Amino acid sequence: METGTSENAGQTAGRPAGRAAGVPADEPVWIALPPGLLRMRRLLLVVWLGLLTLATGLLLGLFAGPVWAAFALLPLAALLWGWPMLGRNWRSWRYAERADDLLISRGVLWHEETVVPYGRMQLVEVTSGPVERHFGLASVQLHTAAAATDARIPGLVPAEAERLRDRLTELGEARSAGL
Amino acid sequence: MTTPPESVPRERRLHPVTPLRRAWAPVAVIAGWAVHDPDQAQRQLMRLTTTVLLAALAAAVLGAALYGFLSWWFTHFSVTDTELRIRTGLVFRRTAHIRLERIQAVDVTQPLLARVAGVAKLKLDVVGTDKKDELAYLGQEEARVLRAELLARAAGFAPETVHEVGEAPVRQLLHVPARVLAVSLVLTGATWGTLAAALVVPPLLWFATHSVWTVLATALPLLGAAGASSVGRFVAEYDWTVGESPDGLRIDHGLLDRTHETVPPGRVQTIHIVEPLLWRRRGWVRIELDVAGSSNSVLIPVAPREVAESVIARVLPGVTVPATLARPPRRAGRCLPLWWRGYGIAVTDTVFVARHGLLRRSIALVPHAKVQSVRLEQGPWQRRQGLADVRVDTGANKTVTARLRDASEAAELLYAQADRALTGRREARPDRWMA
Repeated sequence: METGTSENAGQTAGRPAGRAAGVPADEPVWIALPPGLLRMRRLLLVVWLGLLTLATGLLLGLFAGPVWAAFALLPLAALLWGWPMLGRNWRSWRYAERADDLLISRGVLWHEETVVPYGRMQLVEVTSGPVERHFGLASVQLHTAAAATDARIPGLVPAEAERLRDRLTELGEARSAGL
Repeated sequence: MTTPPESVPRERRLHPVTPLRRAWAPVAVIAGWAVHDPDQAQRQLMRLTTTVLLAALAAAVLGAALYGFLSWWFTHFSVTDTELRIRTGLVFRRTAHIRLERIQAVDVTQPLLARVAGVAKLKLDVVGTDKKDELAYLGQEEARVLRAELLARAAGFAPETVHEVGEAPVRQLLHVPARVLAVSLVLTGATWGTLAAALVVPPLLWFATHSVWTVLATALPLLGAAGASSVGRFVAEYDWTVGESPDGLRIDHGLLDRTHETVPPGRVQTIHIVEPLLWRRRGWVRIELDVAGSSNSVLIPVAPREVAESVIARVLPGVTVPATLARPPRRAGRCLPLWWRGYGIAVTDTVFVARHGLLRRSIALVPHAKVQSVRLEQGPWQRRQGLADVRVDTGANKTVTARLRDASEAAELLYAQADRALTGRREARPDRWMA
């Protein structure tokens, strides 16, 4: 729980743990992201860094000598390091719909937690790029009057993204307020 | 005056002097070119005969006059029950409908030349409006009447009575004497900093390069900055008057360019109390405010603290500035040595208060009803120390940060502030403040 020591807080930050001593009825129900986003990111990582490894290795090996080809180990190391990192980052993303606001929590090293009251939402956006579409993913982005509000949930299943959008718009309308 | 039926709002044009403000554009272009490249300009001008020169000048002035006239002729505005409509453009048509209940502030400004000509600019601050949405120029009296009408409609008076309502009475809250303003500027570090830079840098450059142009190119902007931060500020903030009326806050100021601002009730998103180091002995503060869509940010350039706080109590009803703020825990010093002492927060029933700065203290007050979102941020080093930042975003696109709080306190603050944002909203005043 959050009241632990600093090391303890560091460990629990990535896990869906409830918050300390709040109102039990309003305890957030955290929802994690579907595995599609992790698959997509890992595939992109392997494709790009794999290609870079091959290209560096081949080009340097052919034109500069086999010793120089060792530079190909750099992208390879980045790939091996990035693989578990992407997993950690993906696990850290989660969101919760409370009675009056939406919570988004993310980040391992740079942890960030955002609370947006439904009434403050000006616009809900569902976007999906070509790669995301291929993997059957969509992102939901919330806009409030403050541009600094960075409330984005990436890598949702389109059906869930649309459900969330409709629900947020509905709740936003019910609780709507001016500036 | 009879109110026209809603279907055909009466369209009006701007004041007939308006075309003249475009007339100087070609002159400015030529002057800019001459300053930018003096040798070239001189050579080119020598080549031309006087007749050609005069003809070119006449053509430019005529062209500008025609452009000014056409843009004036094709600009119309009208006021309906709910909107201000501006229709403009000869080639590229543009129609702006500005909803009156969304008004965040109304500015009537009079640059020096406009004062001489007896005209004024009127601008409605709504989120998203910019320079091209201002009505420039209107007759002085017309601008005043229009402002009263727009505010009366925005306040929610019945359409039939709008013209009878007239200007709301103003009660003066504060006037800044010229002497106090001058002393406050003398006691400002920025004034001396820019002045010192303007006096020291050009001679040094002269010894280093012996090039007149380099020295001039650095000295002129530096002198300009020094002038703007001392004389410029004095001229702009001269005769600063803050008044209170049923239509909200009235701020009038300026020696040469006069500005009259009106901020309707409930539009202030954040108030900053700034306390520069050298002002502290005299107990003076500067009050800034954030209003969504408005570029102006000063409420009081300088005033004794008690007076300033009484004005704040009028602007944000029921708000008192808390006397003591909770500092971050001691271990925050490991994240930010020494300066961590400048931070502090407090939460009252109505506002979220955060302070930062050690020498130049700045306290930000955000009414709970104006909070758009709340964020908690924690970097790796902060995590080790068990600290976190809490950021509160307001509708004026600004963020107020409570830095280096204890991690568990920050987590609690995050949720509690989100809840307060909700309850604060329920008690907030309606957009139409007279309805």
